[in-house]
Amino acid sequence: MQVRPEGLYCAPADIYIDPHHPVDRAIITHGHADHARSGHGEVFATPETLAIMRTRYYLKDETAETGLPYGQRVDLGNGVTLWFASAGHILGSAQAVLEYDGSRVVAAGDYKRHPDPSCVSFEVVPCDVFITEATFALPVFQHPPLEIEVEKLLRSLKTLPHRTHIVGVYALGKCQRVMKTLRLAGYEEPFYLHGALKKLTQLYESYGQDFGEWIMVSDIPRADKHVFQGKIVLCPPAQINDRWSRRFEDPLPTVASGWMQIRARARQKRAEMALVVSDHADWGDLIRTCEETGAKDIWITHGRVEALQYALKKRGINAKALNMIGRDESVE
Amino acid sequence: MDEFAQLLDDLYFTNSNLAKEIILTNYLRQVSDPDRGWTIAAIAGTLSFDLFKRNVIKSLMMERMDPFLFDMSKDYVGEMSETIALAWPQSPEPVRLNRLPELHEVIAEFQSRNKAGIRDYLVLLLDNMTPSQRWALLKLGTRGLRIGMSARSVKLTLAKMKAVEIDVIESIWHGLIPPYLDLFAWIDGRADLPDLSDKLTFSPVMLAHPIDEDKDLPRISPETHIAEWKWDGIRVQLSSNGAETKIFSRKGEDITHSFPDLAGSVTLQGVIDGELLVKTGGELGSFNDLQQRLNKKKPTKALIEKLPAHIIAYDILELENDSLRQETLLVRRERLGEALSETPQSRIDISEILPFESIEDLHYLREQAAQTGGLIEGLMIKDVSSIYVSGRPKHAWYKWKRDPFLLDAVLMYARRGTGKRSSYYSDYTFGLWNEDGELLPIGKAYFGFTDEELKEIDKWVRNHKLQRFGPVQEVEKGLVFEVAFDSAQESKRHKSGYALRFPRIHRIRWDKPAAEADKLSSLEALICT
Ligand SMILES: [Zn+2]
Repeated sequence: MQVRPEGLYCAPADIYIDPHHPVDRAIITHGHADHARSGHGEVFATPETLAIMRTRYYLKDETAETGLPYGQRVDLGNGVTLWFASAGHILGSAQAVLEYDGSRVVAAGDYKRHPDPSCVSFEVVPCDVFITEATFALPVFQHPPLEIEVEKLLRSLKTLPHRTHIVGVYALGKCQRVMKTLRLAGYEEPFYLHGALKKLTQLYESYGQDFGEWIMVSDIPRADKHVFQGKIVLCPPAQINDRWSRRFEDPLPTVASGWMQIRARARQKRAEMALVVSDHADWGDLIRTCEETGAKDIWITHGRVEALQYALKKRGINAKALNMIGRDESVE
Repeated sequence: MDEFAQLLDDLYFTNSNLAKEIILTNYLRQVSDPDRGWTIAAIAGTLSFDLFKRNVIKSLMMERMDPFLFDMSKDYVGEMSETIALAWPQSPEPVRLNRLPELHEVIAEFQSRNKAGIRDYLVLLLDNMTPSQRWALLKLGTRGLRIGMSARSVKLTLAKMKAVEIDVIESIWHGLIPPYLDLFAWIDGRADLPDLSDKLTFSPVMLAHPIDEDKDLPRISPETHIAEWKWDGIRVQLSSNGAETKIFSRKGEDITHSFPDLAGSVTLQGVIDGELLVKTGGELGSFNDLQQRLNKKKPTKALIEKLPAHIIAYDILELENDSLRQETLLVRRERLGEALSETPQSRIDISEILPFESIEDLHYLREQAAQTGGLIEGLMIKDVSSIYVSGRPKHAWYKWKRDPFLLDAVLMYARRGTGKRSSYYSDYTFGLWNEDGELLPIGKAYFGFTDEELKEIDKWVRNHKLQRFGPVQEVEKGLVFEVAFDSAQESKRHKSGYALRFPRIHRIRWDKPAAEADKLSSLEALICT
């Protein structure tokens, strides 16, 4: 394994993992834009991830696709075997498990350990080298249970029934996880969705997820502003204070993201309510996971690399920074 | 306490002032005394004591958390209280409370405890709190609450609750003390407006605008304006009724206890606006001297004798129960002069009016101010027809500071900034050469450069790293900053023997070899009077 400008590279199989630039052969851990890009010659991913990439036009007709359900092995040539283990990050998210010459490397991509009703939970795969992210790798990141955050939203809907609660969520993963959790908490009103969230929500439904009733905001006549009062409108984060949100009566801008734990970040987004909803492992879970894999070597790709490296070394675990570039923290 | 924390969160995340006022009003109507009064004090910044010291929290944290990770976290979050609120590691066997105590119980408990007890109680509370509640407690306890609501909005909220003008609240505000039981009794309609006629109260002070040389200088003439020195002390308001004297800081904080010598010497009845300095053997002392007397709860006799407090009076607001605020500055200055010559005050001198006939004279005076080694900060230029109003009215008073001192110093250490700057090396420590060719640190600065320059310095730091001390990165001695600062003081805490006041990066001297940067002796020469 080596780090190249294009990304993480597995030499014997001549294949990249989540490369930033078009390459001949790529393993894609999940469908987020900073991991899945278009223009690769051949793509290995879970069937769900391939479906997401197709929806986002990341795959072309000439792209060779290999869909691998979790646990199914494929020979990449030159003695390298690949299989995927679930990562608990979003639908179809996977850890790439590479086996070669008796040793095993796991590139976890983005992952989390907190429960998520909208995707398969994380599987610990014992390995020799564990390649981890470090997005939330600081002791200040201790993500609260999602139920508490959702409760905050439900309480606000009750105390401020005249306000339209506009919740900014990423279209892929966050949106569906928040909707599903709200349903499980007993919320029965329809959700109102921004156009950008439609296709991926439908895709989740095609994989058996049920979000109850949801309606496109654009299907409600402009004059019927009252329809949204005291209801939940979901849209991409950038829209909560944008022109689009002016169509609502007395909007209450809310952001659901792991960054919302930091007050100044929430203020920056001009959010009036901050829901801490993260699809990444928090500080405790990052360290726990690295320990549970039993890996002798931990490689850290992106995020607050220095802190995680330091904490792991203090625990006697070899940890090195890969100094990867190109991961965008504003996209989760 | 949980209601208080909830309120702070609500206020923090609300954008509009009007919405904040509504939230605060609802809280004040729902919550009973004395909690609501303490809340008002916390938000308006009128609490007169810390519940615990910042270093207590810091040392608690250092026992529980790795210092390197704590520093990294703090750099990322941007401030200590929030960092601790989020990262607080629970005690191994925490004592569980059935309910969080009420705000007034928390305050009373902290006040009744000794040092060790305060520590224990802090741990107990932090162990039982959510991150938001911890944040509220830490901010309350160290009086560092900044939730985007000013004291003025608090007063405005109170005024609206009682349907009166804000002036009514302003007129009694500085005579009231937390938890404001009498104020709320009046708001609730259970009592009359608190009567403060026999109390010495602070009235908000009048402030000056920094001069805009191009626009403002043409407005100024010897007929319409007076000029005075701008002394480098602290601005105070001295209020006396003959029997008792109080000294308030510019913000209205009662600091009489620090200056019993001055307060005890006053025999004049009235309210005087002036600059507090120390004066030893007829010589006014520097800000450094004054600093030894600031924030002393009970100054020792020896200190008082060594550094007696003194006032240079700029203005008079009241004289023997007559308010002079509506008089012009010209009249007020006359009355001040008469009062001080009729009833001479050993510790009060009138601020000298500096004669000038032209703008050139003012330039010349300002130049003189620069020769005082920092004792005089520059000029005050005031419109003689101005009446005394609180705040910063336009074109009434100007301050014209002398040019800052400049030195070429060498970058020694850099550390990452906070918040948006947390990925850049943006805090710099720089030093000057001593006679032995050793570089000694003289100050730190983290502003004065553009974003573009920040990127370039950051790059330079990354390419010239030496050793690392926790979050502090030592760099090769190769980059020169032209540093601007207002004054310098002798300081025992610094190895160089000096501390700079208000240092900032004035220019980056990419062109200048480090060996040609200034020596400590140039600093000595600059500030020696
Ligand atoms: Zn992702």
